[in-house]
Amino acid sequence: MTIVTVLLAAAVLLGLGTWGVLSQQSFVMIMMGFELAINGIMLAAAGVWRFTSGGAPRGQVLVIVAMLVMAVEAAIGFALVVAVYRARQQDTTEGIAELSR
Amino acid sequence: MTGLATDLAFWTFAVAAAWFGWRVFRTDSMVRATFCLLASFLNVGAIMVLLLAEYLGVAMFFMMGVEMVVMAIFMVAFMMNPAGLNPMQMVHQPRAAVAVGIGAATGLAVVAAVADLPPAALLDEAGTIRALGNELMGSSMLLMEVVGVTLVATMVGAVVLSSASGRYGRADTGSVPPLLDPDDPDSRPDLASADGQDDAHAGHGGHGGHGGHG
Repeated sequence: MTIVTVLLAAAVLLGLGTWGVLSQQSFVMIMMGFELAINGIMLAAAGVWRFTSGGAPRGQVLVIVAMLVMAVEAAIGFALVVAVYRARQQDTTEGIAELSR
Repeated sequence: MTGLATDLAFWTFAVAAAWFGWRVFRTDSMVRATFCLLASFLNVGAIMVLLLAEYLGVAMFFMMGVEMVVMAIFMVAFMMNPAGLNPMQMVHQPRAAVAVGIGAATGLAVVAAVADLPPAALLDEAGTIRALGNELMGSSMLLMEVVGVTLVATMVGAVVLSSASGRYGRADTGSVPPLLDPDDPDSRPDLASADGQDDAHAGHGGHGGHGGHG
């Protein structure tokens, strides 16, 4: 376990998340893609903290901020899904395509 | 743990995290996808414990356990195929997405392999949690307070966005229900008459009575 292997694992998770975000149609599945990508980001931050910081705790605080981003994304994302469903009865990106015009 | 055992555990967790992350978007059941994502998070949490960031790893276990259960409930509520009994393919631009995903992962992997990150081993391996606690309650206190206020604002925002009624009346006023049969434009259910029936059953007269349902 070195910084390179940890960052490789994080890169794979971020790539999988990117693939999911771009390929999925359902809002909830897109949010899961974002979460997977943030998962990789947190792993990368923890790895960089472990191997290059000498133990400075601010590196771990950065991971906590990433966790905050994930929590806010999930809560507001679900609220938006509910709001869109109430207004349009849609839960896929194709269902609200008029937003792109 | 010895170096070899740590390496073995790391690779096991890393491969499991990536495999479950891949299964999230390949399984037919949305609930199964949610729990695959949870498994991916738990494996990353385990790697964090291996990285001696025990606080973060355990926080991942608890936070993701709760978050993914909430997500599973949303899956059952919103998805047309929650049980995974039928094959499901709900994707767009699949090839471009795969290309971008592989490109992102490859690019970051190249950066990770090529970058010359200066190594600095942990000075106090046993005291990482104590150091983090002192940091959070000390010089990073302002940041933690911002985190707390942000979460409160998120709660308020989520309630405002998702509530059925707001300052200007019901949120679904003017909404259009989907067609029951996508090919038949006459198959749109009539929400207004359904509402009227509900009101009649409940003994309310008109929309003014909606508050009584709560």
